[in-house]
Amino acid sequence: MLAGIQIIVLLTFSPLFVGIITKTKAFLVGKKGQPLLQPYYDLLKLFKKDVVYSTTSSPVLKIAPLVGFSTLLMSFLLFPLFGKAPLHFEGDIILFAYLLALGRFWALLAALDVGSSFAGMGASREATIGALSELAFFVGLGVLAYSSDSLSLDSIFLWKLGHSAWQPVFLLLFATFFLLLLTENSRMPIDDPNTHLELTMIHEAMILDYGGVELGFILYRSTLKLFLFMTFAVSLLWPTLLSFSLASLVFLFFKIAGVAVGVGIVESTLARIRLLKIPQFLIANFMLALLALLVALSTGGN
Amino acid sequence: MILLAASTVLFMSGALGSILFQRAALKKIWALGSVLAGSLLGLIPAFQVLRNKITFAYSFKETLPGLKFQFGCDELSAFFLIPLLGLSAGIALYAFGYLKKEKHLLGSLACFPLLVAAMMGVLVAQDGFSFLIVWEIMSLTSFFLVTTEHGNREVRFSGWIYLVTTHCATLFLLVFFILLFKKTGSFAFQDFTLLSSKSYLTGFLFLAALIGFGTKAGIFPFHIWLPHAHPAAPSYISALMSGIMIKTGIYGILRAVTFLPPLPLWCIESLLVLGILSTVLGVLYALLQHDLKRLLAYHSIENIGIIIIGIGLGLLGRHTHNAAIEFLGFAGALFHILNHTIFKGLLFLGAGNIIQATHERRIDQLGGLLKFMPLTGITFIIASLAICGLPPFNGFISEWLIYMGLFDGVKDLPRGPFSFCIASLVGIAFAGGLAIACFTKVIGVVFLGLPRTKRELPLQEGSWLKRLPMIILAILCFVLGVMPQLVLPFILPTLPVLGLKVPASALNLPIQSLQTFSVTFMILIGIFILIALIYKALLLNKTKRLAPTWDCGLREPSARMQYTASSYAEPLSTFFYFLTGPTVHFQTLKGIFPKTTSFKTHVEDLAERNLWTPFVQKTVEIMSWVRKQQQNQIQNYLAYIFVTLILLLLWEVWVGI
Amino acid sequence: MEWVLIGIMLTAFVTLGSGRLSNCIRAVALQGALLSLLVLLPSHSFSDSHHVFLATISFLIKTIAIPALLAWSLKQAKIKQEVDPTISLHLSLLWGGILLVGAFSGAKVVSLPTAPFPFLIIPVAITIMFVGFFLLVSRTKALTQVIGFLILENGIFLFGITLIGEFPLTVEMGVLLDLLVGVFVMGIMIYHINKTFDHIDTKALTLLKDSE
Repeated sequence: MLAGIQIIVLLTFSPLFVGIITKTKAFLVGKKGQPLLQPYYDLLKLFKKDVVYSTTSSPVLKIAPLVGFSTLLMSFLLFPLFGKAPLHFEGDIILFAYLLALGRFWALLAALDVGSSFAGMGASREATIGALSELAFFVGLGVLAYSSDSLSLDSIFLWKLGHSAWQPVFLLLFATFFLLLLTENSRMPIDDPNTHLELTMIHEAMILDYGGVELGFILYRSTLKLFLFMTFAVSLLWPTLLSFSLASLVFLFFKIAGVAVGVGIVESTLARIRLLKIPQFLIANFMLALLALLVALSTGGN
Repeated sequence: MILLAASTVLFMSGALGSILFQRAALKKIWALGSVLAGSLLGLIPAFQVLRNKITFAYSFKETLPGLKFQFGCDELSAFFLIPLLGLSAGIALYAFGYLKKEKHLLGSLACFPLLVAAMMGVLVAQDGFSFLIVWEIMSLTSFFLVTTEHGNREVRFSGWIYLVTTHCATLFLLVFFILLFKKTGSFAFQDFTLLSSKSYLTGFLFLAALIGFGTKAGIFPFHIWLPHAHPAAPSYISALMSGIMIKTGIYGILRAVTFLPPLPLWCIESLLVLGILSTVLGVLYALLQHDLKRLLAYHSIENIGIIIIGIGLGLLGRHTHNAAIEFLGFAGALFHILNHTIFKGLLFLGAGNIIQATHERRIDQLGGLLKFMPLTGITFIIASLAICGLPPFNGFISEWLIYMGLFDGVKDLPRGPFSFCIASLVGIAFAGGLAIACFTKVIGVVFLGLPRTKRELPLQEGSWLKRLPMIILAILCFVLGVMPQLVLPFILPTLPVLGLKVPASALNLPIQSLQTFSVTFMILIGIFILIALIYKALLLNKTKRLAPTWDCGLREPSARMQYTASSYAEPLSTFFYFLTGPTVHFQTLKGIFPKTTSFKTHVEDLAERNLWTPFVQKTVEIMSWVRKQQQNQIQNYLAYIFVTLILLLLWEVWVGI
Repeated sequence: MEWVLIGIMLTAFVTLGSGRLSNCIRAVALQGALLSLLVLLPSHSFSDSHHVFLATISFLIKTIAIPALLAWSLKQAKIKQEVDPTISLHLSLLWGGILLVGAFSGAKVVSLPTAPFPFLIIPVAITIMFVGFFLLVSRTKALTQVIGFLILENGIFLFGITLIGEFPLTVEMGVLLDLLVGVFVMGIMIYHINKTFDHIDTKALTLLKDSE
């Protein structure tokens, strides 16, 4: 039941927040911008289109978007969006991380499948970024496990309703996961989602050979992923309400819309980092997570 | 016991038959048939031991004063016997197909059953003396198998490296067992437990065991033989060596843990540090290899590192009296041993197929094989998913157990061990990310895209004999991932041998989680099927076209323009320049009409470059000085020997060891 | 207060990871400002003239005077804006992490009374000193050397303010004065090195050794 609502809410509303980000960016540069619902129109259009496959490709190309999409849905089932997570057990935090990795594995394979050097270039960069962002991600998870004394996403985000969110540890963690959000969703200082130059793309280069329905799945997945990371980050500051109600849904939307605006602002104000500098950015994020860990230790955590 | 003895006899007779008969077909049937039959026969008692918890032991009469050969099979031995014999049986089947047209590989075939027998001997030996004997037989037979293609200079070189390293390691084991003998007055394992627990002695003994067994297992600075020997050996032998032979090193360490007194903390910590080093550096160097089998060899180092971290974690839990962590560490390690046997065996068999079909080990020369060899490709992808620890395959479960232990350590342990847990956590997580990079590289470059070189050979999978074991292993990868509770009956009886008193209450939580994985993965698969159906529905009434890959307006793109494995790994290689330090061979272009040039890089690992090469060079310098001093007269040599013996005698009399 | 301390730490990391000299200078200035703020934070410190005086002085020197001076010499010297580290920036950051862990585990051993300030001040002080040392060791330009020196001094300052109750402030003032003189000397030196050699790379100073 709850799982059903969670999935439906997720599938219906996630593109909206992409719209909010785009709108914020347009507003900040003084443009009117696309309509707020543009992501929906894009998806609809893509799902109606015919498909073209590369002559080089193998079934991997078709399987990959489906695997990516289903792993993401699965990881949402582990996440307490409102109320308890539909599926939770001690240690699901690791499954959560590895489901994301599974999606990445297939995305990389699909990129290499078409035999294009641009896609290969994108895949190579994505693999590097992926490996290096694991560092911050797992230290972040470690801090969460330490300070909430639990290994399940469910109890991590629900641990104490009235926990003092503005402890330094959590703000540092928020910063870590916000940077991870930018990294994993190929957002601005790492990768420009609007770029049209193959040589500088990362994520876009990997999906150059997709079109139609498959591209629809990939774009849909990326909106879901963005939604997931935004929820993850914001739940660190404002934990989820315990029970499901309309109020909790509205509350959740406001929280996430807030982060979406934040992402929009960050994207408009920051210039893109040079490709060579990206690992340094990720290492800096790792340091941030490490700092959060040490602060959590020395201030006693729980 | 009788069945184990019978299977040993079978192995021996197989080897003998294989030597005696001249005809290729007979040679093959004797050797491989005996391995197949012997392994299947030997599996029965192994299962019995684990199921009925009846261990057996047999000791021969005193052959030499103070010496008794003792053999026996307890749960720990049985746990290792299962992957050993199972994989050997599979490999024997595979070898039937593999050796069909490869007459030149038959020369050393007789060593194959001997190697399996020796490994079995290692696992069932219950005293130091017989252990060393079978250990040595194992090293020698595997050396002969590695150097099967001894016509090749490179293979001879690799063989020598293997031989030298493995004997240096045996030296440490010799010290280990002799010290134990001196202190306890017996070679039998059960008597070693009488050793008084002096921490410095325990530490020293443990270090000797760690170096001796660690070399065989391929722990980081002692691993150098692995990346040389595996590419040199025929593929089915690599599968055997990487799948199970290196695990005998792990077995040795675990066995040492059973009879040594409680280890001091620094031993455990150094174990963890070595584990982290092996994990991260193993996968990092794997990523940078151009040779398929060398890459897989480095990956074995990574997995051994994960196992070592699991064992270290278990010991850490024991040291801090935390039963849950102890359980998770040891159970994760044992499970990973089993898993690694399955997927690494599968990967090497797949590599064997590729190499036999294309006669090419360099990744960058391959491409697009999935279309010609679908079965190899699919099984390879499954094994890669499993080795990267991705759900829903078996690698995930064992890594999950270890992760759980590490996170528990982060939560509960005091400051000192805590930092080791965090470091291991980061190490395994990072290695996981790198492993994904590494295996997407292999699959992407070898199986996907277009062939990079034109081949005249028809690319085929090979006979069903080759395919069957691969299919079985791939199914195992999946089944053990979706139903991990199937493995518990093997792991749980083994743990008490390792000194783990399993309190049922402490284990409930992880075991329950293990069972929820079945449900979780079923849901995952269900979602996937649902999505696939929706996808199919969306594709109805739509035209599908084929078009060339997007080439950015380039005319006539060729297959050689695809991204290569080296370029794929380049960003990480550059980032870790200080560790990888690739050697570049490149002649810059000169003049208006430059001549053809080539670009080549290769990476030597840190231990080889900065530790062993200088060490060997120094040794050679000293030794060549010594060689100049000798006068080549037999009397002098005899005098040296005599003097040495006297000195040793005096030392023994006055000091004792 | 923990906020301010973490901010101080982060500014130190910015100097480690930043590739541009002007960013480093800004980070150091911010660090100075945070330090002065920290002095004021314990309760009753606004009424205590010592605290207010120290805060004002350190703000003037650390946030305005020295960074302005550095920025001026950067402009005068007309050198490249980049840091030119001997150890690459991401490795510097990783080293920073190692120093961080070392500092936090070392802080337990030091166990000083930190009365009005949270315990975090000790590891932060040690980390910053380490980072300062590291910058001194790993950067070649004279300007970055000054920055490293400054950060080092900030660490000592942090240690100093835990003792603010017991020890007379003259000690601290002495340190500040010391530093100011040091920076002036460095500034003049940079100016002269630049005038003589056309760059401010300290590697060039090795040329001054006696030739054999």
